[in-house]
Amino acid sequence: MSEKKLMKGNEAFAEAAIRGGCRLYFGYPITPQNEIPEYMSREMDKVGGSFIQAESELAAVNMALGGAVTGNNVFLSSSSPGIALMQEGISFMASAEVPVVLLNVMRGGPGVGGIQPGQADYRQATRGGGNGDYHVPVYGPSSIQETVDIIYQAVATADRFRNPVMVLADGMLGQMMEPVVMPEAREPITLEQIRERKPWAVTGHGDPKSEEKIRTVVKSLRLQPDDLENHNNKMQAKYETMLEELPMYESVGLEDAEIVFVSFGTMSRIVREAIDHLAQEGIKAGLIRPISLWPFPNKAFDEISSKTKVVVSAELSIGQMMDDVKCAVCGRFPVELIYRTGGMVPTPMEVVEKAKAILEVAR
Amino acid sequence: MKTVFEYTKGMLPVTTGYCPGCTHGIAHRILMEVLIERGTLGDAIGVAPIGCGILSHNYLNVDMCESMHGRGPAVAAGIRRAMPDKTIFTYQGDGDLASIGAGEIVHAAHRGEKFTTVFVNNAIYGMTGGQMAPTTLIGQKSTTGVDGRKKEVSGMPLRMAEMLATIDGAVYVERVALDTPAHVRGAKAALHRAFEVQEKRLGFSFVEILSTCPTNWGLAPKDALKWLAENMIPYFPLGKLRCPEEVK
Repeated sequence: MSEKKLMKGNEAFAEAAIRGGCRLYFGYPITPQNEIPEYMSREMDKVGGSFIQAESELAAVNMALGGAVTGNNVFLSSSSPGIALMQEGISFMASAEVPVVLLNVMRGGPGVGGIQPGQADYRQATRGGGNGDYHVPVYGPSSIQETVDIIYQAVATADRFRNPVMVLADGMLGQMMEPVVMPEAREPITLEQIRERKPWAVTGHGDPKSEEKIRTVVKSLRLQPDDLENHNNKMQAKYETMLEELPMYESVGLEDAEIVFVSFGTMSRIVREAIDHLAQEGIKAGLIRPISLWPFPNKAFDEISSKTKVVVSAELSIGQMMDDVKCAVCGRFPVELIYRTGGMVPTPMEVVEKAKAILEVAR
Repeated sequence: MKTVFEYTKGMLPVTTGYCPGCTHGIAHRILMEVLIERGTLGDAIGVAPIGCGILSHNYLNVDMCESMHGRGPAVAAGIRRAMPDKTIFTYQGDGDLASIGAGEIVHAAHRGEKFTTVFVNNAIYGMTGGQMAPTTLIGQKSTTGVDGRKKEVSGMPLRMAEMLATIDGAVYVERVALDTPAHVRGAKAALHRAFEVQEKRLGFSFVEILSTCPTNWGLAPKDALKWLAENMIPYFPLGKLRCPEEVK
């Protein structure tokens, strides 16, 4: 473990990817994540890695695919509209079972939108923004430290499942500074290790005259529908394992809460402050903070006590996560929404006032 | 007995799915012969396009990766960063490279990427069934231009080799054709030079191969070769547009 250091979010995220063993990074300038390609352009050379400033996010995601088919660990970042452009590559990588770690430093949308923090890519991320039957594990950390730890861990998760993994930060987390302890640097994977652990990787198969040659092809096209169905079913089995093993959440004060907030990322920090204010007014409020957004931590909702009158999805999007909350609550409690959108971030007192109004009706 | 002909080990012993008279088979074979003759077949990595050429990984005896439509050069750029010592190529058609992937090929050339692009130009979309490509000739009929391409509507056919030759990073650019045995030999020689450029890491190398699509042109294979010679070569002139001293 290194010592605690004050770092800007975006730079810490880039360093976390390097420490996680990624030696390939492809990016394109888009606010509010520009410090990541800038950091990589300075630091990748020093550790023997490569960075390309791609001509577009479309090219960047396909460069990442190229790097990752060789079995090397690849990091990729962008912000909302750029992530929308990357969807063809993400769908391809899911289909061809190619692991990469992808960071979305979200901003307000839709369209070009704005450059202030948002969470309105929730549906794009958790539902799979590309075509076809596939899933990508999605994490929504709430501090720079947690984002760093999750990016570091995501390198292994992507490899384990041979699937892209997405981390959702936002403009607030990317632009602010916090003390952070960087994880121990992982050695990047070697060609020998790739050939041993990732027999699917495209590495140039060696002597074509050798009887033992292994020819590898990474592909997504399956023209025979029965072949494609079998492949999708095989992938579905993998997604079922993710549903079992990947849910992560934090819960606070659920045992006697009258109102339970569900909130992730930047918004969950504001909600925590609102909960303290509510406590001062004698109102008991709890929090479910999903850390994994897909799979959504449904089990957390079994901890909600019968004293609870209402569950509130608090988001920087207009009810996108609320669908998952309703699904998890499954009719046991009324579900309400507190949100700001377009890059607007509420104050804790704004959340307090809205929560009190909701509670009044629920009582 | 003296062996006078041997099928290249670069091709897998399977029947291709290409239409009768299609010149993809010739392009595949000379590409693989060149890799064998250069001793680089074993460490080559190919990127397959969308289009008929996506099936090339069933036939070419090298490691391969498919790519989404037009993105081959971006995928190859990623592979190059991970694999600095390998021989890397993209194999792309004109719908893939000149239309949807125009951005990716231009910027691969722009960065002087150390890989080779084999561009099979048959002036039409093959796999999707004969739609107009950026390279479709004026007056040439297609399923999305049933009266023939019109300049006022679709512009003049795009000359990709000439366009890329204006970019400094594209150090080797040549256009060849597969309509006669002499031209096939010329195409093979061009591929040799392109891979030599790559091996010497001089920059991006690009070979445009004028090819036939008898099925979607509505011509018999022999007539298609004639059509190529009489219509494509005058508009897409053959020859070296850029060639570094080192491989002349």
